Amino acid sequence: MKFKLRIWRQPNTLIKGRFEEYEVDDVGPDESFLEMLDMLNEQLIANGGEPVAFDHDCREGICGMCGIMINGVAHGPKAATTACQLHMRHFKDGDVIVVEPWRAKAFPVIKDLVVERAALDRIIQAGGYISASTGSAPDANSIPVPKPVADTAMDAAACIGCGACVAACPNSSAMLFTAAKVGHLNVLPQGQAERFDRAVLMVDEMEAEGFGGCTNIGECAAVCPKEIGLDFIAMLNREYLRGKLKGAGSRNA
Amino acid sequence: MADTADTQTSKAPEPAKTILDAKTPDGPIAEKWDKARFDMKLMSPANRRKFRIIVVGSGLAGGSAAATLGELGYNVDCFAYQDSPRRAHSVSAQGGINAAKNYRNDGDSIFRLFYDTVKGGDYRSREANVYRLAQVSNNIIDQCVAQGVPFAREYGGLLDNRSFGGAQVSRTFYARGQTGQQLLLGAYQALARQIHAGRVRMHTRTEMLDLVVVNGVARGIVTRDLRNGKIERWLGDAVVLATGGYSNAFYLSTNAKGCNVTAVWRAHRRGAYFANPCYTQIHPTCIPQSGEHQSKLTLMSESLRNDGRIWAPRQPGDTRAPGDIPEKERWYYLEERYPSFGNLVPRDIASRAAKSVVDAGHGVGPRRNGVYLDFADAIERLGVNVIRDRYGNLFDMYENITGENPYEVPMRIYPALHYTMGGLWVDYNLMSTIPGMFAIGEANFSDHGANRLGASALMQGLADGYFVLPYTLSNYLAQAKLEPLTTDHEAFRAVEEEVNGRVERLLKANGERSVDSYHRELGQILWEYCGMERSEEGLKKALELIPTLREEYWQNVRVPGESEELNQSLEKAGRVADFMELAELMCIDALQRKESCGAHFRSEYQTADGEARRDDENYAYVAAWEYAGDGRAPILNKEPLTFEYVALSQRSYK
Ligand SMILES: Cc1cc2nc3c(=O)[nH]c(=O)nc-3n(C[C@H](O)[C@H](O)[C@H](O)COP(=O)(O)OP(=O)(O)OC[C@H]3O[C@@H](n4cnc5c(N)ncnc54)[C@H](O)[C@@H]3O)c2cc1C
Ligand code: SF4
Ligand code: FES
Repeated sequence: MKFKLRIWRQPNTLIKGRFEEYEVDDVGPDESFLEMLDMLNEQLIANGGEPVAFDHDCREGICGMCGIMINGVAHGPKAATTACQLHMRHFKDGDVIVVEPWRAKAFPVIKDLVVERAALDRIIQAGGYISASTGSAPDANSIPVPKPVADTAMDAAACIGCGACVAACPNSSAMLFTAAKVGHLNVLPQGQAERFDRAVLMVDEMEAEGFGGCTNIGECAAVCPKEIGLDFIAMLNREYLRGKLKGAGSRNA
Repeated sequence: MADTADTQTSKAPEPAKTILDAKTPDGPIAEKWDKARFDMKLMSPANRRKFRIIVVGSGLAGGSAAATLGELGYNVDCFAYQDSPRRAHSVSAQGGINAAKNYRNDGDSIFRLFYDTVKGGDYRSREANVYRLAQVSNNIIDQCVAQGVPFAREYGGLLDNRSFGGAQVSRTFYARGQTGQQLLLGAYQALARQIHAGRVRMHTRTEMLDLVVVNGVARGIVTRDLRNGKIERWLGDAVVLATGGYSNAFYLSTNAKGCNVTAVWRAHRRGAYFANPCYTQIHPTCIPQSGEHQSKLTLMSESLRNDGRIWAPRQPGDTRAPGDIPEKERWYYLEERYPSFGNLVPRDIASRAAKSVVDAGHGVGPRRNGVYLDFADAIERLGVNVIRDRYGNLFDMYENITGENPYEVPMRIYPALHYTMGGLWVDYNLMSTIPGMFAIGEANFSDHGANRLGASALMQGLADGYFVLPYTLSNYLAQAKLEPLTTDHEAFRAVEEEVNGRVERLLKANGERSVDSYHRELGQILWEYCGMERSEEGLKKALELIPTLREEYWQNVRVPGESEELNQSLEKAGRVADFMELAELMCIDALQRKESCGAHFRSEYQTADGEARRDDENYAYVAAWEYAGDGRAPILNKEPLTFEYVALSQRSYK
């Protein structure tokens, strides 16, 4: 297969970027999108050019490190799939493919397709945990968790922190990401003590980081590789409102 | 050369240079850890604030250690090369984590977990360490549940368990097919809490490029900020390496692309002994390579072997579609050879069998490089819904990658490099041969002997990080006489200069070939000669090929770009340079070990029916290699292994 690529090139955060055009040939249908980019990079290196920088690590759809806009869609055309798990058989021979970084105020471009997502970590740091220091835990089976509750927690906990939801959102909101963590911890019995503080602290941090607000557009869930549902956002809104009414949101580290 | 590259068939190996002392406490095995803890010097909370600890790595081992040390009140600097600690390679573990809870009442116990792990490791691990691992395994599950790790539950709300990797008890805890991710998020959240509290400073996208040793004691590291290339010095009162394994020396492996040996290898060159580098594990159920540009191999969880049947066409070169091959022309080679364990034989046996079948021309798929893992019988017996319930996400993943539907056609699988049992030598306290430098998780060699059992790496990483290192490190700091230093010290300056020199040399080579092309070539050499089956002849060949390749690499590699920017070619170039050195040590170690044990299979040392033949009389030791300078043969040091609680026996899975 042969493709024409229009790829965003940007040397660093300060210098403005632009699109460059490339061609890759001899791509196998079983190759992944990132392997196709590897091929392009080998070609660029051989011709004395500079390879395209892109983030990736596990290449199994679980680490959340890869993240690019492919033809305007976060992680590309296949639903519930990260860019690293997207295979070229989903494209047509001769396709023109546009590749861009995540674009959001809270995600500055470091180089080419690589962005800084530390803001997501800071949302977790604000309260996305259960305060249980090592050694203080009771026997694991002393806290029964009904299976449906455990399953809901796991559905939310599947979030890989890739930031596609932010990139897809016209407001660059990180509500789906934040809701996934709050959803995971707030449904569990272990998470009750800090429940309302958690919701308030994380949402406040999200706003402070420059992510936009949620206006229920739903683009986030449409691109989420782990299919985190919008119902978690509804849940977060409830938790946040109740927390605010209770005056929750004090630091408890 | 010392007693290393000697290849004569003398019976007893030459005496080792040093006999290493593991500092294992005295007393009955069940009491050793309690005794060790009681004998430790305690440190008051006020004093802990005066110490700064460097933790390199934020996976299960590093993340849990950094968080726990922060909770105790130490100042911690934690480093990772990814953009977030939550992305460490531990995140990809699928299957589960073992613990001796015996919640199933099926006869499990701490002693049984200990016994299984020593036996599974083919009697090449240290009994006292393994026993401690089994002891703290239960605390890990408690801790993770308290953090909110959403383990699978039964309808009554209690924890579910499954049997894994052929274990005869159900002791594996799991969270769907994402156990590693969920355990890592637990550790990451604990870490996030400490970062927020100001106890841990997290340095992401920062790669350790060297260790700083001052007057024989580890006191810091030198790093490169991957965003802008800035080289920096970090001072600490102790250094903990939790940087994972080195499977990526083989280029194609199930590890994440960035996994590397650099931190460990640099520490080795500064005096830390490297133990058992030839113990590398190959996982039998991975998706076979599909093309030349393949960048990694994907693991299909071992649990699939519980219901899938492995077969290949009896007739070599049979190219018919699997459905067209009648039952009597199908060769269920594992079931035939191992009637009692069948498809559930340990990883090393299943892997070697697949290789020999493919090598003999029975391979399937477009590249004839796999065997079938067939669920047709299981679907008929249990119904498609049960199979979907059990393995749905794995089947989807397989279909996504290969474009084939495993509900309808059998999966194709082949072994791939997966895990490395070898690593930095550490004593009972997890301290390396450099005082003040500790190694935890997959980066050390400590608990799995010559072969790791399924679901026990996650257990070891968290045991080290949550429950062992925080004690032993405190004990070290309570007694260490550390000289006051700053990063202006001559030793820091010298190391930084060396680091800069290497970066510059790589950029200046400006040759003809990309880093990846060299990495692939190195991987092929290792896979061919130091992979599933090794021989004296092959290893000697590899020992000629590797130094030549390495030399060419430094002359002819092309690393585009500058050092003062994000430069992924440069990152890879440094890692591959270190893999090239490690690869040689792996082969030297494999050559030296004239026996077959666990994952290390030497073709010369097998039983009449092709099984691994150990030589306990001569090789029941840990081979701990000492770096002796460039161009000089490494020196072999030995830690003799004694087995007081688990009687040495030949594994049999017939
Ligand atoms: C596909 C797969 C499935 C697996 N499934 C299971 C399973 O079901 N059960 C089980 O028990 N085990 C499993 N394992 C094994 C297990 O996941 C690993 O052995 C374990 O997670 C390693 O943890 P770690 O903390 O030692 O290292 P890692 O998780 O690899 O972490 C290494 C850390 O070090 C950092 N690092 C590395 N080098 C540097 C450097 N030079 N400078 C700075 N930072 C650096 C990285 O950023 C990372 O944070 C699996 C492994 C694979 C590959
Ligand atoms: S919610 Fe989905 S899209 Fe957003 S970070 Fe998590 S996995 Fe990625
Ligand atoms: S590289 Fe890990 S999710 Fe894509």
